[in-house]
Amino acid sequence: MARKTPGLNTSSMSDISFLLLAFFLMVSNINTDMGIARRLPPPLPDNVDPPYVKHRNIFTVLVNKDDRLLYNNEYGRISDLKDRVKEFLGNPDNLPNLPEKTPVDIPGLGMYEVSKGVISLRNDRGTSYDMYLQVQNELTAAINEMRDELATTRFGKHYSDLNKEQHKAIEMAIPVAISEAEPTKIGAK
Amino acid sequence: MGSMSDIIFMLLFFFMVITTMRESTLYVKIIPPQGSEVVKLEKKSLVSYINVGVPFADQQQKYGTEPRIQLNDQIAELSDIITFVELERTARPEADRPDITTAIKADKQVRMGMISDIKQELRKAGALRIFYNASKGTRK
Repeated sequence: MARKTPGLNTSSMSDISFLLLAFFLMVSNINTDMGIARRLPPPLPDNVDPPYVKHRNIFTVLVNKDDRLLYNNEYGRISDLKDRVKEFLGNPDNLPNLPEKTPVDIPGLGMYEVSKGVISLRNDRGTSYDMYLQVQNELTAAINEMRDELATTRFGKHYSDLNKEQHKAIEMAIPVAISEAEPTKIGAK
Repeated sequence: MGSMSDIIFMLLFFFMVITTMRESTLYVKIIPPQGSEVVKLEKKSLVSYINVGVPFADQQQKYGTEPRIQLNDQIAELSDIITFVELERTARPEADRPDITTAIKADKQVRMGMISDIKQELRKAGALRIFYNASKGTRK
């Protein structure tokens, strides 16, 4: 009782799917966008003065129009920036010339001495975007390393392996405190 | 021979799934700077792009040789950014609006004056989540 099924001509099937395949190959781009995320401060109302920050709590980074760095009034190299920022924000020996700390009760972490330090970044209108991003990159690297160290000592895991609450706790303990000033206009265009 | 089309189909589905359509043609040349701490841009549907760079050689007659801003598929002026942000915002569902990110895709030769101006416009427009596009790698 074998019944014959009517044959379907499939010989052009692979041609059609090849065409489709070629089409999707051409229009697809696999590369994902990578970069550094930041938050801009909301616009300041005119009648409000910017908050006063003590001198010891500020670490100034200046970038001039020739992409040269000056931090805390001395010439510096980009390769040293990360360690300087870590030393500034960490202040492990509670030195009087490095930033103050305030104890904050962080859920999941307990009392933690959060640094009041702020990195003040100011560039020129002539600074290249490349240099600016290198500086941002080094600042991010410093914060990431500090967060990772804290995560390892408190939770015994790398920062990237933590769960959401732990992430939040670490982010509260070591905030991204970067303040950007209006650029100078020496190399203006 | 019968398995041929199956294999091709599998490949086809693979590419269909991973595909994101190229939204617009670029008029400006962008070589992004490099960084070691770059992270992936999440939620791509909530991202609007601002491209900044020197126009390509065949576009320079029209747009000049100075760095220009490209929003979606046209070259725009600095003052267009606020309208652009508003348009992008209304195009998204209301629940997602706080998560909208503006990605600044700029060439590494662009001067910071221009980027700062863009950032000021974004602040005025209330688009505070920004993202500096960069490729992974270390310089030097």
